[in-house]
Parts: sequence; C-alpha cells; structure tokens
Amino acid sequence: MTTTLDQPSYNFDVVRQFTVMTVIWGIVGTLVGVIIAAQLIWPALNFETPWLTYSRLRPLHTNAVIFAFGTSALFATSYYVVQRTCKTTLFGGSLASFTFWGWQAVIVLAAITLPLGYTSSKEYAELEWPIDILIAVVWVCYAIVFFGTLVKRKTSHIYVANWFFGGFIITVAVLHIGNSMVIPVSMMKSYSLYSGAIDAMMQWWYGHNAVGFLLTAGFLGMMYYFVPKQAERPVYSYRLSIVHFWALVSLYIWAGPHHLHYTALPDWAQSLGMVMSVVLFLPSWGGMINGIMTLSGAWHKLRHDPILRFLIVSLSFYGMSTFEGPMMAIKSVNALSHYTDWTVGHVHSGALGWVAMVSIGAMYHLIPVLFNQGRMYSIRLINIHFWMHTAGIVLYIVAMWISGVMQGLMWRAVNTDGTLTYSFVESLTASYPFYFIRFLGGVLVVAGFLLMAYNMFKTIAAKDGSLKPVEVA
Amino acid sequence: MSSFWSIWITVLSLGTLVGCYLLLRWCLKNFAGVEEGKSMGHTFDGIEELNNPLPKWWSTFFLLTIIWGFGYLLVYPGLGNWAGLFGWTSSNQSVMNLEDSNAQAANAKENGLIVQYDMEVKAAEEKFGPIFDAFAARSIEELAADEEALKVGQRLFIQNCSQCHGSDARGTTGFPNLADKDWLYGGSPAEIKHTIMDGRKAQGMIAWETMLGGEQGVKEVAAFVLSLSGREVDAAAAKEGQEKFAMCAGCHGANGEGSVAMGVGAIGAPALNDNIWLYGGSQRVVEQSIKHGRAGVMPAWKNILGEQKVHVISAYVYSLSQD
Repeated sequence: MTTTLDQPSYNFDVVRQFTVMTVIWGIVGTLVGVIIAAQLIWPALNFETPWLTYSRLRPLHTNAVIFAFGTSALFATSYYVVQRTCKTTLFGGSLASFTFWGWQAVIVLAAITLPLGYTSSKEYAELEWPIDILIAVVWVCYAIVFFGTLVKRKTSHIYVANWFFGGFIITVAVLHIGNSMVIPVSMMKSYSLYSGAIDAMMQWWYGHNAVGFLLTAGFLGMMYYFVPKQAERPVYSYRLSIVHFWALVSLYIWAGPHHLHYTALPDWAQSLGMVMSVVLFLPSWGGMINGIMTLSGAWHKLRHDPILRFLIVSLSFYGMSTFEGPMMAIKSVNALSHYTDWTVGHVHSGALGWVAMVSIGAMYHLIPVLFNQGRMYSIRLINIHFWMHTAGIVLYIVAMWISGVMQGLMWRAVNTDGTLTYSFVESLTASYPFYFIRFLGGVLVVAGFLLMAYNMFKTIAAKDGSLKPVEVA
Repeated sequence: MSSFWSIWITVLSLGTLVGCYLLLRWCLKNFAGVEEGKSMGHTFDGIEELNNPLPKWWSTFFLLTIIWGFGYLLVYPGLGNWAGLFGWTSSNQSVMNLEDSNAQAANAKENGLIVQYDMEVKAAEEKFGPIFDAFAARSIEELAADEEALKVGQRLFIQNCSQCHGSDARGTTGFPNLADKDWLYGGSPAEIKHTIMDGRKAQGMIAWETMLGGEQGVKEVAAFVLSLSGREVDAAAAKEGQEKFAMCAGCHGANGEGSVAMGVGAIGAPALNDNIWLYGGSQRVVEQSIKHGRAGVMPAWKNILGEQKVHVISAYVYSLSQD
C-alpha cells in the first residue's frame, strides 16, 4: 500500500473509493440538474418518454446531489478525519467496505427506480421501502464504524469536527427511519404510516433536517478539519464551537414547520417552527465565524491557494444562505417567497455554494494525500474550476432571486376590483429568461466538475510522488 | 390538545430556548482554564484550537433573538394550549365542514376575534364589495354589453374556469366549449348562472355494449350517430343502428337533437346531430362512448365565489355566444 502517509495503518482504501465516487456523482447529479433546467425552458426535451420526464428526473437530480455526491463526500471525509484526529484506524474491519458498496448500491437502485416511476412521493425520500431498508442498514453500519473508531481513539479529547459528524450520523438515522415508516402493499409500492397534516409534518421534519443535519452539520464537520488544515492555522475559538454546535443541533430539529406556513398545520406548530428558525440564525453563523476567523493572519494565502479559496467562499455562501433561511422562515416573508423560485435559489446557494464548494475544496486537499502526491496535477485547473463554479452559482442564484420575487409579486397582484392581475401562465412566461440564465449557470457548474474529474484522474495516474508541492514565497 | 401534550410542548420549547441562553452564558465565561487567545493545548492531526472569546456582536445578537423568541411565544400561539396574548389565529382551526366554517366565521365577526383569514376576507369585502354590488343590481344581458363588466368576468373566468374550459373558453375533451351555441344545460342567462352556481351532474350515460348485443351493435349505433351529423358511414350498419337507436332516443331525442332541444330537463344529454363532440367525434371515440358510457360533472361555485361573482362570470360566458 502507501508509503508516504505518516500512519500507514489507517484504512484509506474506503476513503479513496468514496473520494473518487464523490467527483463522479458530482458530475452525474449536476448534469441531471442541467437537463431538467433545460426541460423547463424547452419542454420538448422530455421527448414524450415517461422515464425522461421532468417529474421523474427531478427526484433523480435531488437524490443524486444529496445522497450520491454530498453523502459520498461526507463518508470520505468523515472516515478520513475520524482516523487522523483520533490517531487510530477505522473500527469494524470490512464493515467500512460494506458501507461503500452498500451505499453505491443504494445510489444505483435510485438511478434505476426513480426514472421507472417508483416513488413514495415524499420529497428527498422518494425511494421505495426495500431501498429504504438498505439505507437504514448501511447507515447503522456507518454509525458503528464511526462511533467504534471514536471509542478506540488514542487522543484524550474528541475533535470538534467529529462532534458534527457524529451528530449528523445519529440524527439522519432517526430522521430516515422515522419518516420512512410505511405499510408496503407490494414490492415497490407502499403507503405512509402517517396521514394528513401529520404526514406533512413528518415529511418536513425529515426534509428540513436532511438540510440541517446532513447538509449543514455534516459539512461543518468537514469544514472544521479542512479549513484549519489547508490554512495551517489554529481554529479560531473553541468556546464558540461549543455554543454553536449545541445550539445548532438543538434548534434545527424544530425548524421543519416553516415549510408548512399557512397550511392545515396547526398555528402553534407554525409559530414554534418560525421562532426556532429565527433563533437558529446566530448559531448557524457561529460556524462561519469560526471558519473564516481561522484564516485571520493568513489572508494572503487566498491569493495563491485556490483550494483555500473554495473553502472560504463556501463559508461565505454558507453565511448568506443561513441568513436567508431564517428570514424566509418568517411568516410574512414566507407568504411572498413560498412556492416561488426564490426557494429554489436559496437551496442552491446552500447546495452549490456551501455544500459543493466545501466538498470540492476538501477533495482537492484530499486527493493528493490519498494518492501519494504533493499536490493536484494542475493548480491552474483548480483555479479555473473555482471561477467557473463561482460564476455558475452567481448566475443561478441571482436569476432565481429575481424570478422568485417576481413570481411572488405577480401572484399577489390584484386589480381594483380585487381579481388577480395575472394568470399563472403569465408568471411562467415572465420567468423564461431567468430559467435560461439558470441553465447557463448550471452548465458552468457541470463543466467545472468535468475539469475536476480530469484533474483528479491525471493526479491518480501520475507516478507516485512525482507531483511536488508548490513552494510559496 | 390534552393538557399532557400541552405541557410536553411547552416544557420542551421553553427548555430549548432557556438551554440556549444558559449555554451562551456559560461560554461567555472563560471556563477553559487557559488564558484567552491562547491555545487550548490539545492538537488533532496538527490542528490547534484557540481559546478566543465569543465575538461580542455575535453573542449580543444571539441573546436578542432568544429574548425575541420568548416574546413571540407570549404574543402568538405556540406553547401548547396557550392561545397568545391576543388570541390571534390564522384561521378557525377546528373547522370540520362548511356549516361549521360559516358559523365560526360569524362568531369571530360578532365577537371581534382576531382570525386573520376572516379579517382579510372582511377587508376585501369592504373594499371590493361595492363594485360587485353594482354589478349584481344589473341584469346579465346588460352586463354582457358592458366592456368593464366583461373584463372583470373574463379575469374571474381565467382564474377559476380556464383550468377545464381553456383560457379562450373553447373547452377541451370532456369539457364543453362555451363559445359556441351548443349547450348541454341551456344557454340562457338564467341557465348559465344556474350551472355555475349549483354545478351540474349529467344523468350519466350507461355502458351500452351488452344491451346492444356486443361489439357489432356498438359499431352500428356509432355509424348511425355519425350519420346524423352528415358524416360518411357504412350505410348498411347505420340502418341497423337506426333501429337500435330507439334505446338512445329517450335522452338524445329521436333525431339526436339532444336534451336541451327536447326540453326533458337538465339531464345533460348532448345533441348528436351538429357534429360537435364533447368527447371526440372519431368513429373509435364515439364507439368508446357508447360502449363504456360517459358522465360529466361541473362543480358548484356558489360557496367558492359567491353569487355576485358568479353573476359577472355568467355575463362573460353568455357574451361569448352572442354575435
């Protein structure tokens, strides 16, 4: 195996596997996103083929980016970080390998069943019950490997990154199992155990915490290792990490009802969802402050290091979307933003800005280490990737902000007689130019991922140790 | 909800907020045992952590949101059965049916309860009511000649009716064209208004395949029906079909003139002799209609839109078939 790693006994095989798949699923997930973005402009791209229709590809896109790309990145980094910060190899022997193959099986099954139209019709939890069971099994094994490793650690304390990884692993298990409770009626069809408003509440308790724990807490864990590591600076404030960790995990779990403002959900639940979402704002920002302030005294590094740039800009997007989120959870703002493209823009500033950028930065840090190189094959390509990705996000978010606010205003506009000024289709026609800009943004993001894949394979293919680290004056 | 759940919710919610406050207060103090700004002393894979204090603006802002949270939960419903200081609700929460809803809305109005939806409806009624009062005082025929009224009617139609009847009101398969002179339930102003107010339910055409002696009988009747509109058909089949059509004549008329022309009441049996087809006029589709039957439904709008708006929509629909 490897020789240049300082701890040859670490299990990096599974980290390598997840790392490579992260990049590949990144391409797949965003590509499907671009296809459905194009379908919204040119409906002919549905090709009148059921398995290529928007309705089936959209869940494929969300599942691919959240569970294939994002979660593979979390597996890779959590397995890497927990070993290095606990100074011990992964617990459970081949169980880690099982989580890799099991998780890839889940992804492949999703890629087959979703286009075929098998769906539980729960957002971000569309997979049918047999696949849900496989997810639960793999996830429990993941927890055993991760916590087993923590237990046998050779350090006295548990590093903050592992708090976040641990919190995310436990909560996602609870959320997934809770929300996926169904009564199967056949191999590929089931009905939810919950009914009516309770089902909706369960769905958004799950849905928002998939965002809160998987896409926020998990990636904060990633951030807490790769930002100080890449910046070669100490973490800014230990005490800040304590407050924001505990406040974040205890408040986030309440936030789900803000997806159900002005619905059949009882008022008391809506109020609580809104209050906790707003109070969540500052604890969310704690992570951003801790990450960005870690760079204090080393800002000049941003000029030379595109990897650090990915990581720091990801924190900026994180800060922006965690400000936007609590604001959108306020009922009167939500009355304007809900059901519009504003929500879509918000999600993507989180997904492309925060989740994807911090993962990409972490992968660029990780790939040379895992494959015995001093650096990536081309730093220039990383830099180009950075600008393509950033430009893509900005186009995407700005387009969705404008079209979202426009839709919200058009839907509520009334004439002097109280009738609505615009029919729905008029708001749709007005959105087309912004759909096109969004599509362009998406193309830039996919193209950036392709560059990344090229850079990755060149790095892997290079002769061991042939890529020397860049010396910065 | 029961007091158990009410207490459960209250304790957990307040506990979370109080917990956040205590956590903040604890971390504002330097409990770490090292000087502020210095390293905590443990390293993880080379990463150190500094014992920097919480940024002041951050902790102040956090504290303010927690205080605001308590305030909000005092004023608005959130803590279990606590109704909030002013008893605000978004809508009448326990409504089970329309009667209930009307009763509760009336109660809220009478006692000045803060029910946001009812208040918004009331404000809208006060603002826009006079416009529709003025329309209601005029006849549908009169409104159908009034440009302004037609614009209002068209907007209401586009928002409420176009989903089935199309934005040009020319209908689609199964949903009648309202811009021609062919009516299922009559095209007079009063009949149109009745249709929109109370909805319509076709008496329903049964599946005729067995009664007509199978596939062949269906084909023959279809041939005859098509011939009524002057379509080219197999003459022999149509002749056989004509005899069997006697069974259809009760609703559609001996010559397929339809229930409106027959004056047999609102049963919704379309005329079959005008080459206008509700479900499609191909040989295959007509056969399908005969074979499996049809039954159309139009929902009642009086409780959704109210009579005044229906009155204006009726004028718009009526105007479409006037030359």
